[in-house]
Amino acid sequence: MKVPITITVNGKKHQAEVEARTLLVHFLREHLRLTGTHVGCDTSGCGACTVLLNGKALKSCTMLAVQADGHEVTTIEGMATNGTLHPIQEGFHQKHGLQCGFCTPGMVMTAADLLSKNPNPDDHQIREALEGNFCRCTGYHNIVESVKYAANAMSE
Amino acid sequence: MTYIGKSVKRLEDKRFLTGKGKYTDDIVLPGMTHAYIVRSPHAHARILNVNTSKAEELPGVIAVFTGKDVAEVNGVPCGWQVNFKNGDTMKEPPHKLLVADKARHMGDGVAMVIAEDYATAKDAAELIVVDYDPLPAVTNTADALKAGAPTVHDDAPNNICFDWELGTDKAVVDAAFEKAHHITTLEYENQRVIPNAIEPRSAIGHYDDTNERYTLYTSSQNPHLIRLLLCAFVLGIPEHKVRVVSPDVGGGFGSKIFHYTEEALVIWASNQIKRPIKWTAERSESFLTDAHGRDHVTKAEMAFDADGNILAMRAKTIANLGAYLSSFAPAVPTWLYGTLLQGLYTTPAVHVDVTAVFTHTTAVDAYRGAGRPEATYLLERLMDTAALEMKMDPAELRKKNFIPPFDGIEQEGYTTQVALQYDSGNYDRVLDRALEMVDYKKFRADQAAARKEGRLLGIGFSTYIEACGIAPSAVVGALGARAGLFESAHVRVHPTGKVSVYTGAHSHGQGHETTFAQVVADKFGIPLEDVILEHGDSDSVAFGMGTYGSRSLAVGGSAIVKSVEKVIAKGTKIAAHLLEASEADIEFAEGKWSVKGTDKAVGFGDVSLTAYVPHNYPEGLEPGMDFSSFYDPANFTYPFGAHIAIVEIDKETGKTTLQRFIAVDDVGNVINPMIVEGQIHGGLAQGIGQALFEGAIYDESGNLMNGTYMDYTMPRADDLPSFEVDNAVTPCPHNPLGVKGAGEAGCIGSTPAVVNAVMDALSPYGIHDVKMPTTSERVWNIIHANEA
Ligand code: FES
Ligand code: FES
Repeated sequence: MKVPITITVNGKKHQAEVEARTLLVHFLREHLRLTGTHVGCDTSGCGACTVLLNGKALKSCTMLAVQADGHEVTTIEGMATNGTLHPIQEGFHQKHGLQCGFCTPGMVMTAADLLSKNPNPDDHQIREALEGNFCRCTGYHNIVESVKYAANAMSE
Repeated sequence: MTYIGKSVKRLEDKRFLTGKGKYTDDIVLPGMTHAYIVRSPHAHARILNVNTSKAEELPGVIAVFTGKDVAEVNGVPCGWQVNFKNGDTMKEPPHKLLVADKARHMGDGVAMVIAEDYATAKDAAELIVVDYDPLPAVTNTADALKAGAPTVHDDAPNNICFDWELGTDKAVVDAAFEKAHHITTLEYENQRVIPNAIEPRSAIGHYDDTNERYTLYTSSQNPHLIRLLLCAFVLGIPEHKVRVVSPDVGGGFGSKIFHYTEEALVIWASNQIKRPIKWTAERSESFLTDAHGRDHVTKAEMAFDADGNILAMRAKTIANLGAYLSSFAPAVPTWLYGTLLQGLYTTPAVHVDVTAVFTHTTAVDAYRGAGRPEATYLLERLMDTAALEMKMDPAELRKKNFIPPFDGIEQEGYTTQVALQYDSGNYDRVLDRALEMVDYKKFRADQAAARKEGRLLGIGFSTYIEACGIAPSAVVGALGARAGLFESAHVRVHPTGKVSVYTGAHSHGQGHETTFAQVVADKFGIPLEDVILEHGDSDSVAFGMGTYGSRSLAVGGSAIVKSVEKVIAKGTKIAAHLLEASEADIEFAEGKWSVKGTDKAVGFGDVSLTAYVPHNYPEGLEPGMDFSSFYDPANFTYPFGAHIAIVEIDKETGKTTLQRFIAVDDVGNVINPMIVEGQIHGGLAQGIGQALFEGAIYDESGNLMNGTYMDYTMPRADDLPSFEVDNAVTPCPHNPLGVKGAGEAGCIGSTPAVVNAVMDALSPYGIHDVKMPTTSERVWNIIHANEA
């Protein structure tokens, strides 16, 4: 059964008909071809699929597309403005917070949520905030540095 | 030098940071279909019947294939042959693309459904009825050898794949033990871990029947090798009509080296249905089908004289290879393990004996470090345990036994008892630096004070060596490799002086696009942005052996340097002609060729243009500026380092907190310190993960009990501290860049350091051993058993 939905993604309104069982992450990846949001697991444990729903971090594999009907979603593709990286993206670049890049979109979105609530987090708070996101490459050290870089840049 | 040695920010970052990375699952081909694989829920079962009729009737289903359909197709081969001690060839049972008669591990592929979309394929899979006759299974490594253990393959009696030994004459080793003042013995499991690259494996097969060409997109660390195995061994299709592309790959850690059945299946089936097919693993499938790592059961003993000098080391290991031989599985517990069992020490007698067994589990193969972490764990756990038993300082005990410094130029390389010649080393230097960073004296004072308060504070050491830059082809060929391990590079200078570099190495997080460009830009004296690196596509890159074994820069980078030198040599001829000087008088530096001792010079761009517009040109010289090279290393490279862990254990909960981790690694010359540090960090996290958290758990009947992220405890951000890392530089004497490789170091050194620290913390209870992973439960039980 197809259900009509309207979701605003990265500021653009999308109307679509989806199977009721379609997950938000599959809607983003397959219907909108926004493949920056990744799928790393089937138990909502890795965080690679994290997006912002109405400004709050959400694992987009835990939500059906129909549940996002009428809401606003921001994905990694919506973070940079006119080719300028968002300070969090810039932080990851400056501090080598990514290696293979697969966890990165989820990390950036989770960090965005953290910094919106706590603009000046300490190491411990950053690590706690990121504990829903696996990174197998970086050992997290440089991700923590990246988020701190972003916090500084954003408070200037 | 403008770029070499500088922490240049990565050129590849932008696409990943903006969501524009292109991983295999992101690719959509016109007319593409989707595959789902039905997998055995049993570890060992006869397959009596597979009924696919309901599935085939489901609208949207295109085809269903079972083991019977691929019965005539070869299975995936093994790329390394190890022989029994008596010279017999190892047991090499077939590994079919889908099984028809028997499932041999949980997750063994039984059928493949192909449908218009993934959800339909999965729905159809639910409609397939497989009639299994479950059989008893053996999953535990040591149990595989026991009398009456269930048999994995009928043609491998007692589940033995091979037995193997290496080292000093066993009688000499045993005699040294007879004379020992002290013997330290450990019996332990180096538990099975699951690699868990965050990108699940994915493959797209496309057969284009107009051109009779195949394209495979696959999340692989070595596309060319996959092509070779696929064409020559599995499907018998013409190699020149097969293109293999490994686009962006989300981490590998070894698990994406190997040729997997799904790669062959999507290619084979795309020819059957004449449409492209995508298969992407769900995480639960990754847990069950990505090759696992480690899984040794070992008894190791070290003999000392009264002063703490090592007299001998002997070890006996049973290595679990799983149900089938993965591509390089036999090499891991033998030539990548036994050869490192002398470590950094002058041990005069070393012997290792390995029995490799089949079990009803997922295949085991190289996982970050591959054999070398197992060797380091063995030696370094012995060293700290011996220090504790002999009441010696663990750092002093090591220093007493270190091989003295040698650079491999003035002083010869160091020949071990276990078949290697180390290239260069300075082992005291890394340990001294680590001790300085930790402030060792102060730590011991703090520890004594903490113990008085009843707090459990511990320090653990690990000084390791690894064999990287894999590998000299003739040497590994003599040891059973069925492939060469050279690397290729192609440097194409365009008429405008811009440069494209094609490497057979593959980057899946290592940052080659930056590091390799740094090397080329510096060698040519041109801006970094004038160089681009291409990799991962067999249509553009002539050949490659891929990325693993910390080999990319040491072997692949050296191949690039060879091509760079060919460009400079040809440029010298052109420049001599343009400058009307003799070749001998021309020198190349900072992007220009000049006549020695004059200011007459011609730039890189001018020479490049002349090569393509050869109007005023040396007679007889070919136009163009385009060189490919192959580099086969003279030896392995031998990075080494000293790691120190400090932990505190909470008595009430048994929880271990890793307070500090200090790593001083010597990986030879460093092209990009930022990237090297990142590699070390990532390796540390994985090694620490094994020490404290990770481990595959199989139940009696062979079910993988913790095959999800709910159950398999990989380190998360709040489980780890920030790391304190530094490096020393002992250049590699035998490759042009003097580099040794940094990808595995962190993972090799860290595991024993952490376990040693836990043991040290628990030493007030008289503990000399603790099982890995040192979970809260295990530690709590130790505390409570000993407090009573
Ligand atoms: S895909 Fe892993 S949490 Fe969503
Ligand atoms: S950068 Fe590879 S998983 Fe985080």
